[in-house]
Amino acid sequence: METSAAPAKFSVNVPASSSAITPGTASTLIEIENLDFYYDSKQALFDINLKLDDRRVTAFIGPSGCGKSTLLRCLNRMNDLIDGAHIKRGSLKIRGVDLHRKDVDAIELRKRVGMVFQKSNPFPKSIYENITYGLRIQGVNNKARLDEVVEKSLRGAALWDEVKDRLHESGLSLSGGQQQRLCIARTIAVEPEVILMDEPCSALDPIATAKVEELIHELKKQFTIIIVTHSMQQAARCSDKTAFFYMGKLIEYDDTRTIFMNPGNPQTEAYVSGRFG
Amino acid sequence: MSLPPNPFAAKPSRARAAEKSVFWVFRLATYLVLACGAFVFGDIVLKGSGTVLHGFKTTEQFPYITNTFLFESPESLYVFEHDGKKVEMGDKEYRAFRESVEAKAKLAGQPAPKFKAESYVYSAGGIWPCIVGTVLLVLGSMTIALTLGVASAIYLNEYASDGKIVRYIRLAILNLAGVPSIVFGLFGFGMFVIFLDWNVSLLAGWFTLAFMVLPVVITASEEALKAVPKGFREGSLALGATKWQTIRSNVLPYALPGILTSSILGIARVAGETAPIMFTAAYVVRDKLPWDVDKFSDFFFQGVMALPYHIYVVSSKIPQNEYTERVQYGTAFVFLGIVALIATTSIVLRNKLRGSYKW
Repeated sequence: METSAAPAKFSVNVPASSSAITPGTASTLIEIENLDFYYDSKQALFDINLKLDDRRVTAFIGPSGCGKSTLLRCLNRMNDLIDGAHIKRGSLKIRGVDLHRKDVDAIELRKRVGMVFQKSNPFPKSIYENITYGLRIQGVNNKARLDEVVEKSLRGAALWDEVKDRLHESGLSLSGGQQQRLCIARTIAVEPEVILMDEPCSALDPIATAKVEELIHELKKQFTIIIVTHSMQQAARCSDKTAFFYMGKLIEYDDTRTIFMNPGNPQTEAYVSGRFG
Repeated sequence: MSLPPNPFAAKPSRARAAEKSVFWVFRLATYLVLACGAFVFGDIVLKGSGTVLHGFKTTEQFPYITNTFLFESPESLYVFEHDGKKVEMGDKEYRAFRESVEAKAKLAGQPAPKFKAESYVYSAGGIWPCIVGTVLLVLGSMTIALTLGVASAIYLNEYASDGKIVRYIRLAILNLAGVPSIVFGLFGFGMFVIFLDWNVSLLAGWFTLAFMVLPVVITASEEALKAVPKGFREGSLALGATKWQTIRSNVLPYALPGILTSSILGIARVAGETAPIMFTAAYVVRDKLPWDVDKFSDFFFQGVMALPYHIYVVSSKIPQNEYTERVQYGTAFVFLGIVALIATTSIVLRNKLRGSYKW
């Protein structure tokens, strides 16, 4: 896609009746205001202002190093783990609560804001243990409750039928796509409000990707999903709104249809039509 | 019919000659090392295994077989002539024999026969107290070294942020690994034996050996922790686990095989050190076995016999003669066996643990 001769308009097929565009108005869940983010003295994000909708799918697109993953990792404060990473100005709010307020605990935050990583990372434990991990660390040990959550989460991640007979085999015995869905199941097992997905399909083949995308459609009924992706088709297929980042700046943020069919900014147009990046 | 000219035929050149000679130099060097190793091992096994094999003896009660070399204390060897024959006996046996001969003579109304025996210290009996002492030293120092080492490796690798202080700590640990063992011995003597007033004791030996093996344990543990993929930590933290929950259930279990293998091997090596224990824990000879104590606390404050120190004593601290070789080689053989056993255990343990956590 990057190297092919660019068509005048990027021809992603977005039918008018696409389920990606959810009708009706959504309420704002996450508000990012004037965010400046630094790795040591190197600025990674410049004055980001963004409002993300509740129970919608928002896609972050942009070339590598544009800051989209950094912004994603701000939302569950995974950046706290990186030495020298800090916010210099601005705020991120979920339901009006500033995530960097003194009385916000990163651990409690991460229970509410789950994350699925680029490289599927099931723990080298059984499928069952993988799903129950999040509950066990919260002190839930009731067998009946855990069994129930395992089934519910695996069903929620469309994995139940494939693994119900081998729940006690290693999570690593699954195929790549199944592993990624296991990670999604593990994340929804703790019932977060928001699920952050950092290029969840970049290591998957098209069929596994299609399954995960289908899953995203299902999940947005319950969860607010923010997905970072390098695949513009993916953003077009499964998101309601899309934010385009370039060099640490938010270039354009709008309904996915608008971004792909009628972008307001020439840079966005160049990117989505495959002329660069 | 002639073959077509071959453009790929070997042409003599300097590079080719150098290649050949270098290959032979490397090959011979390897064989030389192998031969040295085989000679050392062969010598010890040939001469030492005899001592152990000759030690087997049947007994009246269960388990009907015992080994005098493995399971008895060192004794003096008595060599004397009796009925025109040369007899060699250990201390206890000699006394009993002499008494019975004297009693027999008394019963028959004859004057007691004269015994002109030559005695050789430590040349009879076995090395049971040394085996026990070495095992105790290894177990104790392993516990201390693993606890301290793994804890500080976790701190350095998981908690501490890379700064100047951590760099200096790492440097200090590396330097510690280069300190000669006799210096550790002196440190242990000054610190534990004299300053803390623990005397020559198991406890002093444990800490001295543990400090000596600490750099190995810390370095090995850090490597093992680093080998655990970052994804496991992030995955766990993203589910709302605390750092310690993450480490305990999602990092340490996977790092454990690596930690244990390297640490146990390090400890097996340190178990063979003589210098650190000669001032701190080892006695030349001790009749009592370590569990033969009046009160529990005495257990930690007693010195023990140890295999490496025993080898040193019987090889250089007593007059050498034809009778000393038995104990020297026997002890070396048993010691090699124990070290091999520890190494094998660690490898088996690693394979077992690795099987259950593979990624």
